[in-house]
Amino acid sequence: MKQPDADANPPVDGSELIRFDHVSKRFGSNTVLDNLDFSVDAGKHVTLIGPSGSGKTTILRLLMTLLKPDEGTITVAGDQLFPASEKEVREVRKKIGMVFQQFNLFPNMKVLRNITEAPVTVLGLSKDEAEQRARELLELVGLADKCDAYPTQLSGGQQQRVAIARALAMRPQVLLLDEVTSALDPELVAGVLDVLRDIARTTDITMLCVTHEMNFARDISDQVLMFDSGHVIESGPPEKIFGDPEHERTREFLGAVL
Amino acid sequence: MTWDWGAVADFMPRFWDGLLLTLQILALGSLISFALGLVWALLMRAPSRFVRWPVGAVTEFIRNTPLLVQLFFFFYVLPEWGLTFSALTTGIFAIGLHYSTYTMQVYRAGIEAVPAGQWEAAIALNLPVRRTWTAVILPQAIRRVVPALGNYVIAMLKDTPILMTITVLEMLGEARLFAQQDFQFTEPLTVIGVAFILIAYPASLLVRAMERRLVR
Repeated sequence: MKQPDADANPPVDGSELIRFDHVSKRFGSNTVLDNLDFSVDAGKHVTLIGPSGSGKTTILRLLMTLLKPDEGTITVAGDQLFPASEKEVREVRKKIGMVFQQFNLFPNMKVLRNITEAPVTVLGLSKDEAEQRARELLELVGLADKCDAYPTQLSGGQQQRVAIARALAMRPQVLLLDEVTSALDPELVAGVLDVLRDIARTTDITMLCVTHEMNFARDISDQVLMFDSGHVIESGPPEKIFGDPEHERTREFLGAVL
Repeated sequence: MTWDWGAVADFMPRFWDGLLLTLQILALGSLISFALGLVWALLMRAPSRFVRWPVGAVTEFIRNTPLLVQLFFFFYVLPEWGLTFSALTTGIFAIGLHYSTYTMQVYRAGIEAVPAGQWEAAIALNLPVRRTWTAVILPQAIRRVVPALGNYVIAMLKDTPILMTITVLEMLGEARLFAQQDFQFTEPLTVIGVAFILIAYPASLLVRAMERRLVR
C-alpha cells in the first residue's frame, strides 16, 4: 500500500523526518523527559523500550500534540510543532496517526463511520471514496465483515484493529503505536501484532512504537531506543540491543521482561 | 363529606382543557430548558472567564431564587419596562429558564463523563473542535444524561401548577375555578391529583428503564 496523498513532497526514504531537540517535559516536580535529543528517519521503524514511567509514552503524546514540551523543539518533516499556530499544528498533525492503548474508538459510531469520519471531515474525501478506503483497510486488518458493528460489540483485539484502520485511513507518514496490546487479553495480542507486522512490511510508513512485546520489537524494528528516567541510555539495531546490550540497565530490564 | 360523581362529570370538560395546557407547558418548558441548559453548559466551558463568570453568576442566581418570585418578576415587572407577553408565554419561559439552570449541570456532568481518550482520539484524527463536539462528545454526553433530564421533566410537571398564580388555567387553575363556582373542592382536586400521578409515575418508570439502557 502506497501513501499517495500524504504530502505533495513526500520525504525521501532515509531522510530525517522527526527530530527532538533538547526536549524536556515535567509533570509537577516529576521530570519525565530531560533534555532529550533524538531523531527518526523517514520509513524507519523505531521501538521505544524501558521501564514504566521512563517517558516513552510522553514522547508519542508530544508528537501527537496531546502535550506540549516545557523546553526544546520538536520538528516533523521540517515543520516545528511548538510554538506554532493552531493552523500550523493542524498541518503537522495531518502527517501523524496514533493508535492508543485503550483503542479510543467512538462508541456512538459504527465501525465504518469510525474510519470514514476524519477522512470526510478533515481530508474532504467524498463519502463513497472514504467508505471504499475504509473497506479496503478493514480487509487489511481482517475485519471486512464488521462494517456495521458498534465498537462495543467487538472484542478488544478487534477494536484495536479497527483503531489501526482508522489511523491508516488518514494516510499518515508517521504511525505512533502506544502500547497497543497492553490492554488486550493475551490470546488477542497475536492478531493485532500480525496486522502491524504486515503494515510494517508492506508500507513505507514511519513507525514509532512503545511496546512491551519484545519479540515484536525485534521483528519490526530498524532501531531500538532504551529509555530510563527520561534519557535514552542506549540505542541501536534490535540485534545489538537484544543480543548484546552495553548498558547495565538495559541488561537488567531485558532480563526482567524476556 | 360526600363524593359526587356528578361533580366529576361536570368538571371533566374543564379538566381536559387544563390537562392539555399542562402538557403544553411541560413540552415547551422542557424544550427551552434542554436547549438553554446546553447553551449554558457550553458557555461555562468557554476559554474566556469574561464569558464564564457572567453566565455562572446569572445561572447561580436563577437556580437559588424561587421559581415563584421569578414568575412574578417576569409577569409584573417586565411589562413596566414595555415588555408584555401573554401569561402563558411568560409562564413557559420562566419555568424553562428556571429549569435550564438545573439541566446545565446535568449536561456538564455528562460532558465531563466522556473519557479523555475520546478527546485525544479526535485530536489524533485532526477533527476540528466544532466537529469533535457535535460528532463525538455531545452524542455520548447526551445519551448518558437523557434519564437525568427526564427526572427534571417530572419535577417540572409538578411545578406547572405555579403558573396558576399568573392566571394560566392549567389543571390546578381549572380545578380551583370549578371549585370556587360550585363549592366542590374534593372532586376536582382529586381528579387532577390522580392525573398527576398517572403521568408522573409511568414517566419515572420510563426514566428508570432508560437509566438501565443508556447509562453504561
